[in-house]
Amino acid sequence: MSLVEVSGLTISFDGAAGARAVDGLSFTLEAGAALGVVGESGSGKSASAYALLGLHRGTGATVGGSIRVAGVDVQAATDAELRALRGSRAAMVFQDPLSSLDPYYAVGDQIAEVYRVHTRASRRAARARAVEVLDRVGIPDAARRSRSRPHEFSGGMRQRTLIAMALACEPQLLIADEPTTALDVTVQAQILDLLHHLRHETGMGLLLVTHDVGVAAESVDDVLVMQSGREVESGPVADVLSAPRRPYTRELLSAVPRVDAKRATPAAAPGVKGPVPVPAPRDAGGGEPLLEAVGLRREFGRGSGRVIAVDGVSLTVHRGETLGIVGESGSGKTTLGRMLVRLLDPTGGSLHYGGAEIGSLSDKALRPYRRELQMVFQDPVASLNPRRSIGESVADPLRAAGVLDDTRIRSRVQELLERVGLDPNRYDRYPHEFSGGQRQRVGIARALAAGPELIVCDEPVSALDVTTQAQVTALLAELQRELGLGLVFIAHDLAVVRQVSDRVAVMRQGRIVEQGSVDEVYGAPQDPYTKQLLAAVPALDPALATVRRAARKELAAA
Amino acid sequence: MTRFLLRRLGGALFVLLALSVVVYAAFYVAPGNVAQIACGPRCSPAQVAQVSDQLRLGDPLYVQYAHFLQGIFAGRDYSTGTGILHCQAPCLGRSYQDDQQVTQMILTKLPATASLAIGAFVLWILLGVGTGLLSVWRRGRATERILTGLTLAGMATPVFVVGLLLIIVFCSALQLLPFPDYVPLTENPEQWAWNLLLPWVSLALVSAAPYARMTRSSMLETLAEDHVRTFRAYGVSERGLVGRHALRGALGPVIALGALDIGSMFGGAVLTESLFNIPGVGRELVDAVKNVDLPVVVGLVLVTGFFVVLANAVADILQAMADRRVVLS
Repeated sequence: MSLVEVSGLTISFDGAAGARAVDGLSFTLEAGAALGVVGESGSGKSASAYALLGLHRGTGATVGGSIRVAGVDVQAATDAELRALRGSRAAMVFQDPLSSLDPYYAVGDQIAEVYRVHTRASRRAARARAVEVLDRVGIPDAARRSRSRPHEFSGGMRQRTLIAMALACEPQLLIADEPTTALDVTVQAQILDLLHHLRHETGMGLLLVTHDVGVAAESVDDVLVMQSGREVESGPVADVLSAPRRPYTRELLSAVPRVDAKRATPAAAPGVKGPVPVPAPRDAGGGEPLLEAVGLRREFGRGSGRVIAVDGVSLTVHRGETLGIVGESGSGKTTLGRMLVRLLDPTGGSLHYGGAEIGSLSDKALRPYRRELQMVFQDPVASLNPRRSIGESVADPLRAAGVLDDTRIRSRVQELLERVGLDPNRYDRYPHEFSGGQRQRVGIARALAAGPELIVCDEPVSALDVTTQAQVTALLAELQRELGLGLVFIAHDLAVVRQVSDRVAVMRQGRIVEQGSVDEVYGAPQDPYTKQLLAAVPALDPALATVRRAARKELAAA
Repeated sequence: MTRFLLRRLGGALFVLLALSVVVYAAFYVAPGNVAQIACGPRCSPAQVAQVSDQLRLGDPLYVQYAHFLQGIFAGRDYSTGTGILHCQAPCLGRSYQDDQQVTQMILTKLPATASLAIGAFVLWILLGVGTGLLSVWRRGRATERILTGLTLAGMATPVFVVGLLLIIVFCSALQLLPFPDYVPLTENPEQWAWNLLLPWVSLALVSAAPYARMTRSSMLETLAEDHVRTFRAYGVSERGLVGRHALRGALGPVIALGALDIGSMFGGAVLTESLFNIPGVGRELVDAVKNVDLPVVVGLVLVTGFFVVLANAVADILQAMADRRVVLS
């Protein structure tokens, strides 16, 4: 008997008659094997994973079909039987390690609590077990750190803690729901390596749910591609990724940005209408820079609590050129981006724009420049006012620039909406009526509204699905060529940055460790940190992934 | 931790000082003719002038305020026309009514108010948090709806209605309890408790309602959080989720609200004290306001302010101990 047998699984969230989030999904997972479930957001992959532990029970969702996990019929099991399954024979690791642990209790106590639910162990024995598993997932000084509370841990350590919790009762099945999505790329590589290692050591089965094809390629034997609640294609991971049979799988794979591929020509930008782009003359390196930062600094706090977020950064942005800035969380890239458009005041260094020093200008003196320096934000949900129509949001910069004629504003906004690939008649619609990708297009239209010279995009696609990501980056690239903008593209994703940038700067701890043309930095990285970052990027080819894993081991040992 | 305590204490002192300035300005400066008020409506102009002289109302305002502060920290002397009376620190002034020292007056009334406040507080926290916990634990069932209804009724009912009903039922009809009459704790602890039982219960019944609501809503909020999902996915029972994980999340708001309530309770629960004949601070305040006895009013406001500030400082420390993410700095 297989470890997991699912057949004809259906899940709907609004009653049995409602739309099905999962519709007739069947798969099996043998003991000790690893299956990756890959799909975009809303494809039903997480809902399916939750169903394996009966987590939809009592939520109002309707679950149909048959589910057997480690010999338990999940659909027919009593609440007590389900609780006995959860965490003991099948354990789950969640997406967001920051919120998945109770902030009020020590991590060791949380693991001990779970252990005591399933065994008759004493408090002391459970606590010892907690230290043991924490040690096993690589928490240094586990006995002492087990008394820490989650907020004292980094994201990677918290995810290790959750994995330790999963290991506590030696389950036969580990379900990992986007276990590395919230983590930096180097930490992601560590966690995936840890899962790989544990799986071989304990022989437990792994069900990995992810939107990232690269993560799946690194970690599983078989892969199942989902779309709109149904299976699109499944099979051995090497076969599916190298020779996809279905158009959707091919589309998904082609949308994945490759860190080892040269810059894509942004000719095909689906959904974008407009005049044929005229390539602007490129004068990368030569000519007068549009924006120049010299020794830019920013500190937060005072005294012993002082943090240097950006520590002496110098860079230039030219007209018609994209500068990519990559770095992990906390590297200071967002702070830098905000200073470049003067949303934040630098505490040191200088910032020249079009020949003028704007780093120390007062708010009032800055006003004429505001129109020319615009920003696109990371979170397309939070950066639009939910109570105002998208047309009004896009019109804001126009009004701020002094355009007061309503008919003129309306026609200009509609023109912009059309330019970014949205229906201009949706001027009066509200943000919640748009998808994530569409909202980011609204954000781009807003940045374009006042006719800027320079746009800083701060993680503009990190909240989007991979196919949407490809469309939005293509749109940005096209707009830039057409309008001759200077673009600063900030992202944690090395592959995305490679796709859009002419030059790239790698940031770490507030400094730029390496800067140069994209081909130089990605092709022949000089700084050890850049090398480490590049080695951590998941490869789409499982064979290559094995090689990379070995390389990471060497880098870590060195 | 020590640094946090010192800073918190400094902040509390500053708030009290600011409060004293505002209170002083509102009661001694704004009304204009303080001497007339102190002397009473039937005083002749000559008498008013004499009082004004005694109270040194001719001095500049800042000098008068300095004397006021000096009284609090070091004590001060009052001239009565015939002799000099010393008022020991902390001196909040002398009553216009009967020349008693305000500090002494408040100190004699405080034990009754404290007895009422602390007893009722313990009861209403238990009752409120318990009700909230039970309604979350039985959520979606009849129990929850009944408890929610009772909570709403509790919020809508004034304390004198509850108190009066309790007196009618337990003292008149069933004759189980004596008609409440305050007996100091030092005199007879048993009688003290029996006589305070009804005031405690009536105050608790009314005050518990907001706590029940808040406990319920913050527990429901916590139950929807990711970390509760984690423990549900690890086989922890509903009882464990509610009692261990969700209840802990409700602790913070309860501490914060509790501090405000207990602090202001020390300023007197006027209605309860009047209804149950408890000679506390609240009734004192009513009398003082009625008689425009400024020193007593000012003294009571400052004492109440002191307890509110104190309770909040204690709450901050408790919060920090309950939730280690609160940085003590």
